[in-house]
Amino acid sequence: MGDKTMPLEDFAATIESGMTIGIGGWGSRRKPMALVRALLRGDVRDLTVVSFGGPDVGLLCAAGKVRKLVYGFVSLDSIALDPHFRAARERGALETAEYDEGMVVTGLRAAAARLSFLPTRAGLGSDVLAMNPDLVTIASPYDGEEYLAMKALPLDVALIHVNRADAAGNAQYLGPDPYFDDLYAMAADRAYVSTERIVPPEDLLATGPAQSLLISRIFVTGVIEAPRGAHFTSCEPDYGRDEAFQAHYASSAGDGAAWELFRETYLDGGEPDYHQAVARFHADRNDRNDRNDRHDRQARHGGHGRAEGSR
Amino acid sequence: MEVTRAEVCAAACADAWRDAGEVLAHAVGVLPMIGARLARLTTCPDLVLSDGEAFFMSEPPPLGRTAADGGVVEGWVPFRRVFDLVASGRRQSMMAAAQIDPYGNQNISLIGDWRRPTRQLIGVRGAPGNTVNHRTDYWVARHTPKVFVEKVDVVCGVGNDRARAGRGLRFHHLGVVITNLAVLGYGDGGRLRIRSVHPGVTVEEVRKNTGFDLDAAGATRTRLPDETELGLIREVIDPRGLRDREVPPGPAPGA
Repeated sequence: MGDKTMPLEDFAATIESGMTIGIGGWGSRRKPMALVRALLRGDVRDLTVVSFGGPDVGLLCAAGKVRKLVYGFVSLDSIALDPHFRAARERGALETAEYDEGMVVTGLRAAAARLSFLPTRAGLGSDVLAMNPDLVTIASPYDGEEYLAMKALPLDVALIHVNRADAAGNAQYLGPDPYFDDLYAMAADRAYVSTERIVPPEDLLATGPAQSLLISRIFVTGVIEAPRGAHFTSCEPDYGRDEAFQAHYASSAGDGAAWELFRETYLDGGEPDYHQAVARFHADRNDRNDRNDRHDRQARHGGHGRAEGSR
Repeated sequence: MEVTRAEVCAAACADAWRDAGEVLAHAVGVLPMIGARLARLTTCPDLVLSDGEAFFMSEPPPLGRTAADGGVVEGWVPFRRVFDLVASGRRQSMMAAAQIDPYGNQNISLIGDWRRPTRQLIGVRGAPGNTVNHRTDYWVARHTPKVFVEKVDVVCGVGNDRARAGRGLRFHHLGVVITNLAVLGYGDGGRLRIRSVHPGVTVEEVRKNTGFDLDAAGATRTRLPDETELGLIREVIDPRGLRDREVPPGPAPGA
């Protein structure tokens, strides 16, 4: 079996402007954030992004790298909407193909099977057809019933993050939901898989059953070891979502100066710099909380009651 | 003890699942979640609940939490299987609505022109697929003329007028729209009408808070939850009182 491991920087160099990239995960769950951050550092532009969108879409929008977005929603889960996505839409800065979530699945299934479309009911009668004038309906040759002919969503590249993988690209998820990462890989010419840990193939079944082997190396081009590579989205059971940092991301997105600072602090350096900066964010936050707790205790002992709004 | 408006809404939501049978209950919002659980414990014991993430629950987790926080798992329902279930029709939804029109067309995507929205919302999500595949009800926590509009900006959930005009929509089925003021149903022409107003609410109040004409002929008073239901709501399903955050006790907004 070939060794497909590669450094993060080498992955970024393989992505060209104008490509259609599919991003795995779902909302703010098991997103290949290290791969997205690597794209942010480069000068790739004019991407068409297919995603069950979360902060992956937000960050790429903030960096002006998205020409067209294909999506059913863009949500941070615990925060209803990604603010950069919202801002980009309200500026009119994005070409969009907004579909029913199930239609995105159908489009990926069609591409994975090398079909130009698959029939579905989802979308019929709704304004999805008005918003996507290239979509057509077809009549069943058997009984004349009308279906929406969801067109295939073929990808140049798929980006995926998993819990474990071997060097050849056999990829394993260990959380409760595979999302649609296998479909993304099958719908793409090339798939890059980042993983919490690269393990020898004989170790893959040590932590999960055979059913957790989600993606075969048949569909994988490159493997990138990226511990905490889904941060700040969840990567169960290795870690949950970093809610405090996600809230910081979302509030920073609200104004220009705050976003500049966020970008400088977290995104302008390399991946190790990012994780160090996130560790500092939590250390500072813990200090602040400790100070507030002390302040609260002093306030109570001083007879002033609990300080309002201290946290 | 006085029955609160939220408790009336909970029983009304439960009634939407009364005849659902052995299907997956999909509930968006606190009151719909309470309603689904209440139906399961009373009139619809075969109803299937999920934790909203990846599991079917034979005992649901605490309200608003996932299987990681407790309950008993009885099956696996990752998102990919949710879409298979939607297509099978063995599911019944109660979704939210940012806008809803006289025929039950629903919008959760955005406000304004889709090319450049004045306010981007969540996107169409699963509303188009839900409404053409299985029964869909709506829950509106704040009944106002901004929600009940003559024409929605984007049709996400398909309304009765469009369903009747199209072929292939034989599984389209809109049930009820439950709000903090009333239960609305659909008349023969597929138009929304007042089925019942909640205790303490007048038909005039509902009309004043709706951006289009509502027929109220035959409108009744929404039923009160019985003693068993009140006990389940207060002690078993929602002991922390999350329902009062979604529908505050006291005079209704716009009253």
